[in-house]
Amino acid sequence: MSDSKSIFIKESTLTSADGDQRQFIRTALGGYYKNRDLYKARYRDWELARDAASLAKWSAVNNLAEVLEKFVAKFESNGGKVHWARDAAEARKIILDLLAQANAKAVIKSKCMTTEEIHLNDALEKAGFGVVESDLGEFIQQLRGEAPYHFVFPCMHLKREAISELFTKHLGTAPTDSPEELTMIARRHLRKLYITADVGITGANFLVADTGQISITENEGNARLTAAMPRVHIALSGIEKVINTIDDLTVLLPMLATAGAGQPMTCYNTLYSGPKKPGECDGPEEFHLVLLDNARTQLLADPEQRDALHCIRCGACLNVCPIFKNIGGHAYGTTYQGPIGSVITPHLRGLKDWNHLSGASSLCGACTDACPVRIDLHHHLLHNRRNAVKVVPNLFDRVFHGAFNFVIQRPKLFSIGGIVFRKTFGLLKYIPVPYLGTWLKSRDLPVMPQKSFREQWKDSNHV
Amino acid sequence: MRVSLFIPCFIDQLTPQVGMATVKVLKKLGQEVEFIPAQTCCGQPSYNSGQWEIAKEGAIRALEIFKDAEVVVGPSGSCVAMIKKFYPELLHGTKYEQEAKKLSQRTFEFSDFIVSQLKVTDIGAKLNKKVTYHDGCHALRELRLKEEPRKLLRAVKGLELIETEEAESCCGFGGLFSVKFPMISTAMAEVKAGALARTGADYIVSSDPSCLLQIGGWLSREGKVIRPLHISELLAMGIDHV
Repeated sequence: MSDSKSIFIKESTLTSADGDQRQFIRTALGGYYKNRDLYKARYRDWELARDAASLAKWSAVNNLAEVLEKFVAKFESNGGKVHWARDAAEARKIILDLLAQANAKAVIKSKCMTTEEIHLNDALEKAGFGVVESDLGEFIQQLRGEAPYHFVFPCMHLKREAISELFTKHLGTAPTDSPEELTMIARRHLRKLYITADVGITGANFLVADTGQISITENEGNARLTAAMPRVHIALSGIEKVINTIDDLTVLLPMLATAGAGQPMTCYNTLYSGPKKPGECDGPEEFHLVLLDNARTQLLADPEQRDALHCIRCGACLNVCPIFKNIGGHAYGTTYQGPIGSVITPHLRGLKDWNHLSGASSLCGACTDACPVRIDLHHHLLHNRRNAVKVVPNLFDRVFHGAFNFVIQRPKLFSIGGIVFRKTFGLLKYIPVPYLGTWLKSRDLPVMPQKSFREQWKDSNHV
Repeated sequence: MRVSLFIPCFIDQLTPQVGMATVKVLKKLGQEVEFIPAQTCCGQPSYNSGQWEIAKEGAIRALEIFKDAEVVVGPSGSCVAMIKKFYPELLHGTKYEQEAKKLSQRTFEFSDFIVSQLKVTDIGAKLNKKVTYHDGCHALRELRLKEEPRKLLRAVKGLELIETEEAESCCGFGGLFSVKFPMISTAMAEVKAGALARTGADYIVSSDPSCLLQIGGWLSREGKVIRPLHISELLAMGIDHV
């Protein structure tokens, strides 16, 4: 068993048994469901909007090389500089070099899951750069020394008291249970850091090819300060974030807000068009964009699962996933949690070590129905399972299914097997039979019938 | 119509009363019912475990068994979804593809068959009970059946249907998922069955006996009084009460 799998089994077993935490997550998501449904109802046709959003992403992803080239040419003509990174290590090196060139001492960051994907903060700290997260949730997680719990709501697992205690410990503030006061504490602390930071690092929600702009969506205004105040702005983005035209944002931005956070629109939607131009008084002197592949082209080469690159990281699939709601975000051990994480992590980090996430699903399909860009999420979990059989042969599974198949190909043997099982069940339940014993640890089976359906059918002279 | 029954393996062996109730209701509706005893399992456990080459053998076998059937009707949303949706995908690009598509078109889940094919909603049943409904994920999201079973339930005289917010939540069965990740599966059962039990209904009704195995298994272990019942069993009971 791979390390990541045994950690997953251990963690998910613990967290799914924690009824209080499970209930807390459900309550936290309750408000989201209500608002999501409210704002979905404002669409004349939500399903048609999903088609449009999916098409916008499909047309860019299925023409990725060309659309990216168009975007890069336009972005650079606006005065920005593009850097291509094949993988996480290259992306980290590019960013570290840019920081060195800028003579940076302090770095401020806004929320960006791609920086989590390449473990940027670790690399920055090791290289001696002080880096502070400016998104409230990410700031809290950084103080806790913990990865985001949910890629849209990083600290949704925390109660107010825990946040208050954290601030008291690290910032020396008085305890409070007011969310507004907690926000103000973080804001007062962070405001001065925007001014002293030399470099601001952000992500990107969309790369707009026809205007060469990057689009960033946020609720706190911290990304605007991160991008605008420091001398140098570095943005990191996966290559799949590119879209054809600015018009595509008319459907993508509201859907991102509604599906992801239950909002009609996110508070701030900003398009960044390059560094400060001559005569302008605000904005960074330099604007760099690091475009990351990190196995995305490999996923692009898989026509069956290519639509996973449509993902706009809204988190809707996590919010409806019964697995996520029961095991929580940290048990996954991945950058991207929930259904989309279980689909793409095997592509990003290897099927051999991460296929167990595809197995850890009842395939209920709630995720696929929730996805605003129509990624066929739960069927891709099945595809990963099928692909894994070739990559990581599992002897037990092979023998189990081979034997099962041998029996079901032979109706008489199947029938006799059934009779034996039912007649000996009284004894079998005391023996640790694989699978059966596991079932019986927490659930009963029905009282075993005297006769199977086929026997009863025969008895009732149907034949 | 001559209906060829598709009785999934676990119904055959563990809950045969669901199969018998299916026969009873279909006969009440004037259908000629046959059962081909060569059938066993649709192969879904292997399919869901990624063992598609093994699952293919089961699919090809089913094509042969049901090749002369006018319509195939099964009292399980999940196993019907296997034939209807996944056989064509599994056999895509093979010489069996066309045959799989044809079988898909003439295979129906029990409540879907009655409502959409026989165009019947009131089967003439009566039952003074309170029930709550569990949407099995395959029936709901693969076959898109939501109203069909409810139409049948609402037409049962004296029956009260109590809907819950958790009606569409997964029960956590998921086939072998339930024993490969038993804690997650049990936590899901607890959320689902717990919410259904709190309705105070007499029965939890579903078109999916595999979900009922999970929900019923948890309820029984926890000593709850509410009982799981397949929709065919409920309708058969209702026929007796008229």
